[in-house]
Amino acid sequence: MTETFTFSPDEVKPTRETVFENQGIPPGITVSGPVDSICEQALAMLARTAAPAGITGEISAAEFEQVYQGEGRNDPNTPVGGIFERADHLALFTVTIGERPAEEIARLFDENEFALASMLDAAASAAADNAAKLAERRYGDVLRGDGWGAPDGGVLRYSPGYCGWHVSGQRKLFDYLGPEEIGVTLTNRFLMQPLKSVSGIIIAAHRDVHKFAASFPFCRECETRECRERIRALFAE
Amino acid sequence: MGLLDQIAEGVINGDDEQVAQLTQQVIEQNRPPKQILDVGLIAGMNIVGQRFKAHEIFLPDVLLAAKAMYAGMDLLKPLLIAQGIPSVGRVVIGTVRGDLHDIGKNLVGIMLKGAGFDVIDLGRDVAPEEMVRAAKEQDAAVIGMSALLTTTMPAMGEVVQLLKQEKLDGKIKTIVGGAPVSKDFAHGIGADAYGFDAANAVDRVRQLVGA
Repeated sequence: MTETFTFSPDEVKPTRETVFENQGIPPGITVSGPVDSICEQALAMLARTAAPAGITGEISAAEFEQVYQGEGRNDPNTPVGGIFERADHLALFTVTIGERPAEEIARLFDENEFALASMLDAAASAAADNAAKLAERRYGDVLRGDGWGAPDGGVLRYSPGYCGWHVSGQRKLFDYLGPEEIGVTLTNRFLMQPLKSVSGIIIAAHRDVHKFAASFPFCRECETRECRERIRALFAE
Repeated sequence: MGLLDQIAEGVINGDDEQVAQLTQQVIEQNRPPKQILDVGLIAGMNIVGQRFKAHEIFLPDVLLAAKAMYAGMDLLKPLLIAQGIPSVGRVVIGTVRGDLHDIGKNLVGIMLKGAGFDVIDLGRDVAPEEMVRAAKEQDAAVIGMSALLTTTMPAMGEVVQLLKQEKLDGKIKTIVGGAPVSKDFAHGIGADAYGFDAANAVDRVRQLVGA
């Protein structure tokens, strides 16, 4: 069963620190007055233009195995491949912040407002990530409301294009979930439109199930190592 | 401080109004356009580029400076064209076929223009044949390609192969970049250069054209 939902722009609004980090500005740096002002403008613009929405759909492990195989282009060994079979619950998801932020970014570039365009792009990317976090939290809350998870349940999301799950896996994910319902479509190169969208699988399992060593071949090329932080957060709860 | 130094200072400070006003002033004084460009606008952007590489300033500061430079260039460009003054070089840029992410490509284009290059931006989702055709028609020295997806990166290799087939690989150089692109990948497909960020891409393009 699929479920659609919306968030307010305020709910997905990123922090200034996150936006600056996405702009390559290290934490703790005092930015100039004009840069500070541009960040404020970008966040205000994002609040005016973002229309965050999401869709989730529960899926069995057997069905997800089919989806996960995608076009057969995943790495031979992946974290998700070792996790989903031990999950208590699985849900495919897609979230988006809509098309308008991207339209604004393009307009600003055309008008030579490069810094504002780039800052809005950074803010919009962070907002899409926040929408994915909210979808993950929302699904976890529903499960916990039904009595799942206490005391050691952990809910984490994984996306095609990361951790050995080839981006071509989007095709089967879209076929199964149907995120066109919230206005997200897929190009023939597996690219989501609007661009500021995130898709993947939310996995609810005993938190130990989510633990894996970052020693896969693709981990060497990963710049974010975000998985480490997310796994740590599960055990800090 | 002379007016051209003040223009450079205006670019560094990202003050587009000051740059436009001073550029207009020196144009009215009949200063040679090439001198205004080199000693004022490009000199300012060069310092901005150095500070960026030294991590003294960050991307938004560079983009504010670029806007200020464009404010001066808008006034100067008709004069440069009228006097037949060539740019540092002409570069065709685009996001490769199937890829719609264009922020990185836009930033490279902005910084190339800031360094005095003539930039033909083909946009996003550009077929390899279109890249090569545009470079030939525009007599470009370099094709710059950007990709954000591993699935679209192979199109970069197709451009390199097309240039080889047409025996243009010595004449039109190629540079690739984008989050999943690496130096090894660039070498593997036979690209002439790899830019790890926008500022680095400008340096590499300078090397390619011998500027």
